[in-house]
Amino acid sequence: MSLEPGRARPEPTPETRHFWEGLRQGKLLLQRCGDTGKPYFPPRPFSPYTGTRNVEVFEASGRGTLYSYVIHHRPVPGFKPPYGIAVVELEEGPRMMTNIVECPQTPEALVLDMKLEFAPTKMDDDITLPLFRRVNEG
Amino acid sequence: MINPGEIAIVGAAESTRIGTVPDMAQIMLHADAALNAMADAGLKPGDIDGVACVGPMMPQQIAHYLGITAKWVDGTGVGGCSFMLHVRHAAAAIHAGYCKTVLITHGESGKSRVNGTPRPAEPQSLNGQFEAPFGPMGPPTLFPIPVLRYMKTYGVTHEQMAQVAVVQREWAAKNPRAAFKDPITIDDVLNSKMIAYPFRLLQCCLVTDGGGALILTSSDRAKDFLNKPCYILGAGESVETTMVSQMEDFTSSRAFRMAGPEAFRMAGIRHADVDHLMIYDAFAHLPMYGLEDLGFVKRGEAKDFIWERNTAPGGKLPINTNGGGLSYTHTGMYGMFALQESVRQVRGIAPAQVPNVKISVAHGVGGMFSASGTVVLSNQRP
Repeated sequence: MSLEPGRARPEPTPETRHFWEGLRQGKLLLQRCGDTGKPYFPPRPFSPYTGTRNVEVFEASGRGTLYSYVIHHRPVPGFKPPYGIAVVELEEGPRMMTNIVECPQTPEALVLDMKLEFAPTKMDDDITLPLFRRVNEG
Repeated sequence: MINPGEIAIVGAAESTRIGTVPDMAQIMLHADAALNAMADAGLKPGDIDGVACVGPMMPQQIAHYLGITAKWVDGTGVGGCSFMLHVRHAAAAIHAGYCKTVLITHGESGKSRVNGTPRPAEPQSLNGQFEAPFGPMGPPTLFPIPVLRYMKTYGVTHEQMAQVAVVQREWAAKNPRAAFKDPITIDDVLNSKMIAYPFRLLQCCLVTDGGGALILTSSDRAKDFLNKPCYILGAGESVETTMVSQMEDFTSSRAFRMAGPEAFRMAGIRHADVDHLMIYDAFAHLPMYGLEDLGFVKRGEAKDFIWERNTAPGGKLPINTNGGGLSYTHTGMYGMFALQESVRQVRGIAPAQVPNVKISVAHGVGGMFSASGTVVLSNQRP
């Protein structure tokens, strides 16, 4: 799976660099609040629940479910319409925007709450995007 | 504490023309509306000592352009509901004695883009890192992101979601200034061009040029102006996140649930007291979320409430009586136009006037469920 050129390219900051470095290595990294143990996203060096700077980075399971999406029908650089813009709910709790790959971009194929798995997809040498694919059950 | 009705809107106007106005730069749309509002109040720029408008460096641009020497400014920019927040902040400033007479302006060359506002997602921003790479292109791709979850949770059908646009077009048909006035059916909505499933063209707001302005002062002075004052009974505000993917509940806006009830509490009113309601409708799901989050109906009941024509002409709770962002106008920041319609309704001069409006509520959204502001207006001082 490779990406068409032209997508908006994220630029990591000091607070998010570990997340993107993890992706480059094929890992989906979340953070956990040291006070409550609750995972959170997007990355920041403190907990949004209590404000503590005592937080830890951990590797997510990569399992999740399709929480919501739209199917965009107009052209955008790097995308061939119609294409879905989705939100995955990770097993650990946090949600994140993503695309569902290796799947028809139709309402029939994109069923809410279906199981998804992490599909790290290389954009260039530095950036790998956290995309997801369907889990074939059966 | 500020008392309900202590501050009033004494001037209100939109730009002379709305829709396609290629012969005015964005700053002139601000100024045109401001001059109309001053004329409405019988004031000159020298009478204004406070200025609020959206965005960095804007209050000084607008004040200088209009020849106003300001002793109080507010550049709060949280999206299309910023004007509801400006009203709230201006009321507090007047109450505190920071200034006496505040001008709030909006102008946006949303369609013609004459000195328009650039809106790039900066690649190091959180949106630039965690949303932009997945292909969003502006509000039509982002605002509807929670909709399928909402529809599944409450069993909302595509037909029920389409009814929002149908009903608002009925209101627009009564308004000569509305961009779209021809009646539409559920089928028309569901056969219109697909933009971002589940939403089609007729469920997305217009993109227009236009402006609006409001003038606020102490109600004790309000009787000196040309028009009957429009009293501010209460107001509320809140923000949540710039990333729609990170909103805490996809079936409800936390910012709505904060802003709305606070405005009602401050005004000392109950839902049954509201004669007229504006809910910023950038997209068709907004009136549903607004009705539920403001507590006019229970969770999941908005679909039936709208389907059964309670918000339509002749219904018990008229909503978006100018035609809304879907059919009237939407420059990019529609909140000013929702406020203008609330003012017209309580003044009794709206094109689609609802009989005997005493209390109107204007509820706004900013960004993609990113912010919210609610204002309660009345033609009677408590």
